[in-house]
Amino acid sequence: MDAQSLTYIFVALSFGLYIGIAIWSRAGSTNEFYVAGGGVHPIANGMATAADWMSAASFISMAGIIAFLGYDGAVYLMGWTGGYVILALLLAPYLRKFGQFTVPDFIGTRYYSTTARVIAVICLILISFTYVAGQMRGVGIVFSQFLNIPIFWGVIVGMAIVFMYAVLGGMKGITYTQVAQYCVLIFAYLVPAIFISMLITGIPIPQIGLGAEVADGSGLSVLDKLDQTLTELGFAAYTQGGKSTIDVFAITMALMIGTAGLPHVIVRFFTVPKVSDARKSAGYALIFIALLYTTAPAVGAFARLNFVETIHNTQYSDVAGWFKSWENIGLIGWEDKNEDGRIQYHPGAPFEGKPTFGPERRADGSRDVLNPPTASDNEVYVDRDIMVLANPEIAALPDWVIALVAAGSLAAALSTAAGLLLVISTSVSHDLMKKTFAKGLTDRQELFYARLAAVTAIGIAGYLGIDPPGFVAQVVAFAFGLAAASLFPAILLGIFDKRMNREGAIVGMLAGLIFTLTYIAYFKFVSPETNTAENWLFGISPEGIGTVGAVINFALALVISRCTAPAPHHVTALVDNIRIPKGVGEPQNH
Amino acid sequence: MNDNNNGYWKANLRLLGILLSIWFTVSFGFGILLVEELNRIPFFGFKLGFWWAQQGAIYVFVALIFIYIHQMQKLDRQYGVSDDEDESSSQEDE
Repeated sequence: MDAQSLTYIFVALSFGLYIGIAIWSRAGSTNEFYVAGGGVHPIANGMATAADWMSAASFISMAGIIAFLGYDGAVYLMGWTGGYVILALLLAPYLRKFGQFTVPDFIGTRYYSTTARVIAVICLILISFTYVAGQMRGVGIVFSQFLNIPIFWGVIVGMAIVFMYAVLGGMKGITYTQVAQYCVLIFAYLVPAIFISMLITGIPIPQIGLGAEVADGSGLSVLDKLDQTLTELGFAAYTQGGKSTIDVFAITMALMIGTAGLPHVIVRFFTVPKVSDARKSAGYALIFIALLYTTAPAVGAFARLNFVETIHNTQYSDVAGWFKSWENIGLIGWEDKNEDGRIQYHPGAPFEGKPTFGPERRADGSRDVLNPPTASDNEVYVDRDIMVLANPEIAALPDWVIALVAAGSLAAALSTAAGLLLVISTSVSHDLMKKTFAKGLTDRQELFYARLAAVTAIGIAGYLGIDPPGFVAQVVAFAFGLAAASLFPAILLGIFDKRMNREGAIVGMLAGLIFTLTYIAYFKFVSPETNTAENWLFGISPEGIGTVGAVINFALALVISRCTAPAPHHVTALVDNIRIPKGVGEPQNH
Repeated sequence: MNDNNNGYWKANLRLLGILLSIWFTVSFGFGILLVEELNRIPFFGFKLGFWWAQQGAIYVFVALIFIYIHQMQKLDRQYGVSDDEDESSSQEDE
């Protein structure tokens, strides 16, 4: 059986499993829809959180980015795991004790203000849609490459599946589906990593293989060999970074505190019965996440090594099939600048922009790139998002591994998309409708609005997936900047600073959000040609600017809260209450 | 807030201070600010700074959360503020 039929079977089996679980665990009340009835075991919740958290960006893009960035890839590794420490220590236990459904619930109650609640909903929707757009692009890439169907139909199928379990099952359905999705995605990630580590170093554990000697008799370690190979081709050494220290620092910080401020991750801690369980859930979640995150740098390094060795100085007619199949969907492009019929791989862009192709093939069968070539020696354009997906083919692994990776990447993208859609729909039905504009809603009506909002959100997400705004990880990185600059400071100060009041929090959130959004929009959309280090504020790139936004938020909130009336007594009593684990109840629909 | 709860909160903040200093040291310290210096030291086939940035920091993060869970459980019981009904006997010891 060929790889494509196997992929169809694996994907169909995994989808069947998810739908089965969704039907089995249908939600009957708003409590079950929003927070799974508050009765999920910490280990199950840890797995669900890990699946929720590890998106298409973690599964598909991250190792590819590390492969091409080398040391600098550490910003994602440390940023996306270190944030969990902040979350577990500074936010999760207190938010669980607070015991309502959503992040805007906390902000609205703690800052005794509908304005603050609405601002939090706006932040949340902006963050969630930025993030969901990245997931849907991931789904599109997988469908078009592995199942050979147009991206449009791929996204439609993905939307239908998410609809099934998010709209019917709510949080309860999503939680148990995500447990299954975690198992699928981690298995699909580890199997090829172990195979490739065995092939290159003879050691089955990728984390150790990364530091081991290459099994080619050269006596060099993997990283030394990479450094040597890349510097010979004119690249920077793999273990040296290209970004400035301040930029690496700012991006890592933005990703860390952004992780802690992401609404779809925070809401996970409302689903466990007790405060101590919220702490444990965060711990288990990080173990499950660390399994993938410590494997990713090995996958990245092996992939880069394999990639260089299989394509550099290879005759196009002899190049492996994966090169041609990715060229066919336009994520690889080759321009034979020196006309020797061989592929040369060097630093720099081979030609301007993303490749566009002419209708005719060249004599050797390669696609005719129309873009104006650059002066560099490099002849190859590679989209970074393909590295993990192409890895099993590059290493010539068996077909079932390729099929497994396809099913795993869909699990990663769909689990995150479902979590995000649920957060969006909850905020609309609960925070905007019930708490702000239509106060007399019954439980049943609220559930109806939640489902309606989920359907609308899926429609918008699908549109973004068919017509995507950019790279998966890049788009996702901006969502973190926005979360870091808006929600994180307001939540943290709400718990740890009793003097913090409505005025401080509102001004802080608005200033952080607007500053970060403007900076990103300016360099990414208004004048992208000026997006270079010398034009950046303090040398910090748009990916890292959320850190500055958060500092502005903190500073303004602290100053303004000290010049205005303190929070009323019932609010400071609430803060005292959430600081103590004793007396925790089920999440309430107030 | 009564004295007991104040004492609990102060002990909690002290623990957070220690754990977050370690968190900052391994990631921003070893992995970013001191990476060049540490890279001169070989470590099981890795350069040490690179290892901290792409592997070591993550292992420490996991350990930190579990130390936190354990220490907080101790504090909860010591100050009688645990959310676990089965712990009521230890609360009477106060």
